[in-house]
Amino acid sequence: MTDRRLLLLNEKDNVLVLRRGIAAGEQIDIGAGKVETDRSLNLGHKVARRAISEGEEILKYGAVIGVATLPIEAGGHVHVHNVRSNYTPTYSLPEETR
Amino acid sequence: MSGFTGYPRSDRRKGIRNVFVVAYLVECAHHVAREIVLGFRNHDVHLIGFPGCYPNAYAQRMMQALCTHPNIGGALLISLGCESFNNRLLREQIEATGRPVKSITIQQVGGTRSAIAEGTSFIAEHLPALENAERVPMGVDELVIGTICGGSDGTSGITGNPAAGRAFDMLIGNGAACIFEETGELIGCEHIMAARAATPALAVALEESVAKAARYYATLGYGSFAAGNATGGLTTIEEKSMGAYAKSGASPIVGLLKPGDMPPTGGLYLLDVVPDGEVRFGFPNINDNAEIAELMACGAHINLFVTGRGSVVGSAISPVIKICANPETYRRMADDMDVDAGRILEGAAELDDVGAEIRDLVLAVADGARTRSEELGHQEFILTYKSFEPIGPACLPAAE
Repeated sequence: MTDRRLLLLNEKDNVLVLRRGIAAGEQIDIGAGKVETDRSLNLGHKVARRAISEGEEILKYGAVIGVATLPIEAGGHVHVHNVRSNYTPTYSLPEETR
Repeated sequence: MSGFTGYPRSDRRKGIRNVFVVAYLVECAHHVAREIVLGFRNHDVHLIGFPGCYPNAYAQRMMQALCTHPNIGGALLISLGCESFNNRLLREQIEATGRPVKSITIQQVGGTRSAIAEGTSFIAEHLPALENAERVPMGVDELVIGTICGGSDGTSGITGNPAAGRAFDMLIGNGAACIFEETGELIGCEHIMAARAATPALAVALEESVAKAARYYATLGYGSFAAGNATGGLTTIEEKSMGAYAKSGASPIVGLLKPGDMPPTGGLYLLDVVPDGEVRFGFPNINDNAEIAELMACGAHINLFVTGRGSVVGSAISPVIKICANPETYRRMADDMDVDAGRILEGAAELDDVGAEIRDLVLAVADGARTRSEELGHQEFILTYKSFEPIGPACLPAAE
């Protein structure tokens, strides 16, 4: 990764992990080009490495960690609001689901 | 590798602490037990117990394993008197190991005050011998080390868990038995895990243990996933699982244990924590300390606890080494943390560096160095109802 704030864990992955928090409106370089973040994100969260379509598998550590429930733009936040588990539903507090 | 010492026990195991344990055998005896323990605040006198009044074979077996754990030097059992727990059987099992043990039944000794007085004088009588007991040389191949993650977030699987896995690989290389657990947090990685099994039959058993966990949690309606996991960036149980799985390192898996089973050899073991049969008593482990109790019941001398959000817990009986995966959490809560693994994320250390640091800390703690949670007085403990079938013959390697 050229952007030191982002971590690619496996070549197969379609998500990148934040090594530190990023403020809304900051430019991040996801490898395929620069995008502007639409929200502030904490470290450990994920952004799309490229555009992901609805129903597509999410890959992290080179393994499937869920399925996109909505189309996700390149650089978009990948989380409980647009991904579901293939096993059991994720329980989160209401503020996570925006 | 530097040597360390431990306390020899009659079953040929060795302990790294010489704890006097006070165990209440029903919630009704909890207050008396706690009052006795509070009288020995600056000593290794720890409180454990089982709150239930109804009989449970698992709880009986857990208490036996814990009260005869190598870190235990003596035991005091507190009963109310009308509960179902078999106090006499437990006392005889402890007595058979040569440890000082006494059981007090509150209804027989005349109530709260006299029970506290009797218990206090028993400990006062035996504590000096425990505290002055001689330590003998102990090898890494006599150590059992557990690992657990709690308060996980998006950093846990990248820094703390794989660093703990590296430490496991180093310790196993020197003959230690290492145990990872929480089959409910291996959902999604069952196939890659099974590929590391020492035998084909064990591979099947490993996959079945995770399938059982998936069925169990599906019935309950929630995965092993807390709200704070999502706040920390984890999205699904399979993502959390992939991170948790990294704690196991890269060694072959030689066996599958259930709570109370002792690893017969060195090497890497998975602990199956999900009850057998139909869903009966609720969530398998209602919090992290329930898992630590089961690791201890398998003989774990020390547990490595990886946290991202920032857990503060320790444990009765066995020291907990707290490994902080998240650099922001570490800066906020450094006083509670033994290892700063978050610096891997910031490029200030490699996984192997932190893995070696954890290994070295395990050996120092085995030799008597106190962990942060020990210094802060953390002695959490919990035990609830469960039911298990005995482990199958294909699950364990032959004893050496």
